[in-house]
Amino acid sequence: MPIEVNGKSFDTDEEGYLANINDWEPGVAEVMAKEDDLDLTDEHWDIINYLREYYEEYQIAPAVRVLTKAVGKKFGKDKGNSKYLYGLFPYGPAKQACRYAGLPKPTGCV
Amino acid sequence: MSETIKQFLYLNRKAPYGTIYAWESLEVVLIGAAFDQDVSLAFMDDGVYQLTKGQDTAGVGMKNFSATYAALGDYEVKKIYVEKESLAERGLSLDDLQHLVWEDEDDDWAEKDSIKLVSREEMTAVMDGADVVFSF
Repeated sequence: MPIEVNGKSFDTDEEGYLANINDWEPGVAEVMAKEDDLDLTDEHWDIINYLREYYEEYQIAPAVRVLTKAVGKKFGKDKGNSKYLYGLFPYGPAKQACRYAGLPKPTGCV
Repeated sequence: MSETIKQFLYLNRKAPYGTIYAWESLEVVLIGAAFDQDVSLAFMDDGVYQLTKGQDTAGVGMKNFSATYAALGDYEVKKIYVEKESLAERGLSLDDLQHLVWEDEDDDWAEKDSIKLVSREEMTAVMDGADVVFSF
């Protein structure tokens, strides 16, 4: 089902992931978050932007374990745990944050 | 999760594009590594081309996934064996391959080399030492 962002329409797959990663703009994350009744804070954006950078560099979305470790290294040890990430993204950092970031579903994520 | 950690060896023998083997292997490796298994990779025959620098897939219409090999370190894949003879037979050397590293958390995130060049004879020992060998 396509999503509407600022009057533009974006195609998504059957699980709600953006069909084309290059279509992404920050409004996409805003609209997806709103549908989940979630307000995006700077802490959410840190993760979303980090995921996009990771994809840009390695052409894959990181596994949760890899993401957790990297977040701890980049944003501080107190944030490098799944409790912090699930606090931000209750549906799971990989599934929810990657979807907001316009990335495909992470490899190995069932 | 099972308490037995098995040694998995993923054997890559085919060129990166033209077939789906190389990409499928890499995906399986990343999935396996996410489950805390002891994973090593081996590259021989045309498989050594998978690790070469400067790949350009514009002409073949396949995704250039060579950047993903650099993520292996993040997935705790630290043992990547490349067969010397296969490189030499193709006029390649270690310098033609990506510099793959992993970061040692216990050593102030020092970067350490993941690729180990081994002879054909040593490669047989690597295969013997693995509990499970997946051949791609």
